Amino acid sequence: MVKIAQISCGTEYSGIQKEIEKAAATFGAEIVIPETEIDYIDEAYKKFGFNCASSGIRLMIARAMSIVEGKSDADAIFIATCFRCAEGALVRNEIRRFIQDNTRLPVVTYSFTERTKADELFIRMEALSTIVARKNILAREKQEGLTLGIDSGSTTTKAVLMENNKILGTGWVPTTDVIKSAQEGTDQAMADSGYKFEDLEGIGVTGYGRITIGKHLKAELIQEELSVNSKGAVYLANRQKGEATVLDIGGMDNKVITVNDGIPDNFTMGGICAGASGRFLEITSRRLGIDVSELGPLALKGDYKKGLLNSYCIVFGIQDLVTSLAAGGKREDVAAAACHSVAEQVYEQQLQEIDVREPVIQVGGTSLIEGLVAAVSDILGGMDVIVPENSQYIGAVGSALLVSGMGNRQEKL
Amino acid sequence: MKVAIFPPNSLILADLIERRGHEPLAIMKEIRKKVKDAEIDSPPMNITEEDPIKGLKYAAIEVPSGVRGRMSIFGPLIDAAEAAIIMDEAPFGFGCIGCARTNELSVYYLRKRGIPTLELTYPTTREETMELVNKINTFLDQLEEKNG
Repeated sequence: MVKIAQISCGTEYSGIQKEIEKAAATFGAEIVIPETEIDYIDEAYKKFGFNCASSGIRLMIARAMSIVEGKSDADAIFIATCFRCAEGALVRNEIRRFIQDNTRLPVVTYSFTERTKADELFIRMEALSTIVARKNILAREKQEGLTLGIDSGSTTTKAVLMENNKILGTGWVPTTDVIKSAQEGTDQAMADSGYKFEDLEGIGVTGYGRITIGKHLKAELIQEELSVNSKGAVYLANRQKGEATVLDIGGMDNKVITVNDGIPDNFTMGGICAGASGRFLEITSRRLGIDVSELGPLALKGDYKKGLLNSYCIVFGIQDLVTSLAAGGKREDVAAAACHSVAEQVYEQQLQEIDVREPVIQVGGTSLIEGLVAAVSDILGGMDVIVPENSQYIGAVGSALLVSGMGNRQEKL
Repeated sequence: MKVAIFPPNSLILADLIERRGHEPLAIMKEIRKKVKDAEIDSPPMNITEEDPIKGLKYAAIEVPSGVRGRMSIFGPLIDAAEAAIIMDEAPFGFGCIGCARTNELSVYYLRKRGIPTLELTYPTTREETMELVNKINTFLDQLEEKNG
């Protein structure tokens, strides 16, 4: 069983300890608390050098030190503190760096409220469990053989056919029936490749519909998006070593993943407001009478400060844009204001929660909207934002990459 | 008299108060009530999502859930207190609930109550310790006199 060491402050008093243990158990892992003696707490705290007022946070430091010094045994680390605790947030990130600098253990961090439930932690625990149990898969840096990756997203299904580190074909279809959409995407990706489905040496599936499709196609790899997208992003951006942040502003939800050597260590997912999603940009394009692919270049010509946009809400935001256009506002300024609004919301709701590390690798369909990428970089104070080629196929590429080397499916079927 | 203590889980302070015939308001008793409640299944202390919400009486929604969860247990004890003993700069072993912000808020609420309060600093020598125990006993005995 995978042993996940919990280094935290406030979980018992927030009433969420049981949820953490439940989430770990769901993925075949067990939560362990690194042991520390009272005298060791002060010793470790002084050695670490971060002055903090809360004894619970000093205990976190001692537990991290106990792991690094080999006094406690663990396969992976889960670091958590209360949401809105400044001292907790500072130490959480410093402990994360300390463990990553001094061990090879995978780390995931989280800030919780009393509302945190086990299912919100599932994806993190699954990722930790995967990193430990399937380390060899995540270590893969080159795609080999003929493999297919499918990303069954909430709005679109993407498929990518790869052979010996090259993309041979891609498929992109709106998600309706998950299996049917996956089939259509696969057909698109394989068309003109000269290969038949039976020739595939491996199939990897990710996204919301991964389990249904994975079982149907007898896929060799069925994997959550956290590991797959991280790996896909650093692979496409050629940043497999070192730190990076992966940003995916999706049609319905947004993901921000921080990675270290291609392994995810923190993650936030938002999806409460459509005003902070690709959907808002799609509706803006429709109102401007252009295709969404034209929105980016148009926004680059405009000045967001000249486009009136006082609301973050998708309904009132569009109303503002309409008013702005009616008052004689330029289309390019309105396009820039829409991109800036989405970037600003993603920053306020998600990027602020996470320790953003350069470079930022922007992926997903919205990464093709240049105006949005520029707005993200602007809001992050001019941080370097990379959009790799084929960034819209991130999950499918990640799946095709990770499944290669898992053995030839023809021999197993 | 009901005497609140800080740290609220100090066994030594609770014991000194009990020996002088008063009732210590310590969180151990409150946690025990929770742990023994067969209807709650939220180990290790049976604190649930509802407790940090109850803590809203003492700290606003923007305050971290851990502070509000702690205050949901310690707050009612502060409300019920007729006297208080506060020990500053105590080490872990003396009693500790882990969170500096909760400590600040708890001590502030105890002071604001306007009840007889003895504020002490943790002793570092044998002499200081003896003096401290005497101070606590005198304080508790005076409460008795005032009360009786």
